[in-house]
Amino acid sequence: MALYSEKVMDHFTNPRNVGIIEDADGVGEVGNAKCGDIMKIYLKINNDIIEDVKFETFGCGSAIASSSMATEMIKGKSINDAMQLTNKAVAEALDGLPAHKMHCSVLAEEAIKAALKDYYDKNKIAYDESLFANCFHCEACEGH
Amino acid sequence: MQVYADNAATTKMSSTAIKAMMPYMESIYGNPSSLHSVGQEAAEALYQAREQIANCLGCLPQEITFTSGGSEADNQAIISAARFGARKGKKHIISTAFEHHAVLHTLKKLQKEGFEVELLDVHENGTITAKQVEDAIREDTCLVTIMYANNEIGSILPIPEIGAICKEKGVLFHTDAVQAAGHISINVKEQNIDMLSLSAHKFHGPKGIGVLYARKGIPLTILIEGGAQERGKRAGTENIPAIMGMSAAFCESCSNIEENSKKISALRDKLIDGLSKIPHSILNGDSESRLPGNVHFCFEGIEGESLLLLLDQKGIYASSGSACTSGSLDPSHVLLAIGRPHEIAHGSLRLSLSEWNTEEEVDYMIEKIPEVVEYLRNMSPVWRDLITGKKQFILK
Repeated sequence: MALYSEKVMDHFTNPRNVGIIEDADGVGEVGNAKCGDIMKIYLKINNDIIEDVKFETFGCGSAIASSSMATEMIKGKSINDAMQLTNKAVAEALDGLPAHKMHCSVLAEEAIKAALKDYYDKNKIAYDESLFANCFHCEACEGH
Repeated sequence: MQVYADNAATTKMSSTAIKAMMPYMESIYGNPSSLHSVGQEAAEALYQAREQIANCLGCLPQEITFTSGGSEADNQAIISAARFGARKGKKHIISTAFEHHAVLHTLKKLQKEGFEVELLDVHENGTITAKQVEDAIREDTCLVTIMYANNEIGSILPIPEIGAICKEKGVLFHTDAVQAAGHISINVKEQNIDMLSLSAHKFHGPKGIGVLYARKGIPLTILIEGGAQERGKRAGTENIPAIMGMSAAFCESCSNIEENSKKISALRDKLIDGLSKIPHSILNGDSESRLPGNVHFCFEGIEGESLLLLLDQKGIYASSGSACTSGSLDPSHVLLAIGRPHEIAHGSLRLSLSEWNTEEEVDYMIEKIPEVVEYLRNMSPVWRDLITGKKQFILK
């Protein structure tokens, strides 16, 4: 279908890093079933490096593709690098998303941040609260 | 294998319809308003098409207005009835919450102009009762507009009963029969229908052409101003090739209704049986009072757009009422109207069959759809919460 780029279709039909990590160091879940999108990210972190990452997503094709791409982009990277990941970068790496699907890339960014926040919380590492925006700031979800 | 199972969206044209159109593009291309022979031949064809369609519907040729399709017919019917009613101070309109947007958006426009619109609640099985209509009719009701059959979930509404009540109460009755025409028997006089909309491309005719039937004596409001075509009620040179294609397709569909309905509903029931085996799923719409070709399910724990994309890759072409396919965050208003919660409504699938689908295709769908549902459930955090008991299943 021409709705999505080839990259989106590739990551949708062959998603990377699907699954769960039983003993994850950080887990983040954003979105809600009412809106039709939920992303859950599991992180395995060692020496500030993201050694492994898995995801589960309930959502449309672009939500699944965004999760897949975002997990690829942070795998093997440092926590600091992962914190810099933006939804724009995810969308660009997918060769773009249709305008009304941009919120899927926002969810991917925020799911990763939520998992990192969980890691900080579990390990009692101090952090700047303002770095973690709430998913529901997203215009797409407003009113839900 | 490729399976086109989206006949409620649109159908492949029949060769009968295509053959009927060709002469009106190649040789009889005149404008029916022209006085010369080429124009008059077209005018004669136009008259015959009108007569044929009127015969199929059980009305008079002059009660047929050709429009650009179902949406225009719905708009014109509703606006006309509203203007007619307002002249007598009647500004109350009755409809249902799960009409097509061509109806709902027109009603919303009238609401802004001061009309009172009452949308009847739809039962979980996707129907309403004639009693609900009877109870809602008031002194100032100018129109009852209720669809013949629902475009998403395929439920058929008790149109003859509603027609009888409207006639008794002296209220105009319009039905959007876009999904029903050519698929179930309609006779506007016997069923007491005052106005009816239909669209050719839902029964193997061409796109961009439809009909508004309006009983003699109902004054139509002009939506498209210009020349005096269609008795002055709809301007613009008549789309003769499309009208000829529609007329041929409609006659063919109407004369084969019984045979087609038997064949298609057998395929439908087999498909419903097969898909009902998927755990935590539900059939939407009434199991008895149902369009011959409609199969509509919700599957818990997955989202409809990703389901459609994966089915597309398997060669199965279907539809969904999920938010992601509509470009908004809200799932189908039809599924919400029958009481499906958002979570469930997102995971919907509509398969709509025609007489050209085969048993092999149905078998193929029964094999592939459960696989795709399971694949998506296995990557869904919602599904994990359900199977691990963190959340309660909504569907059995």
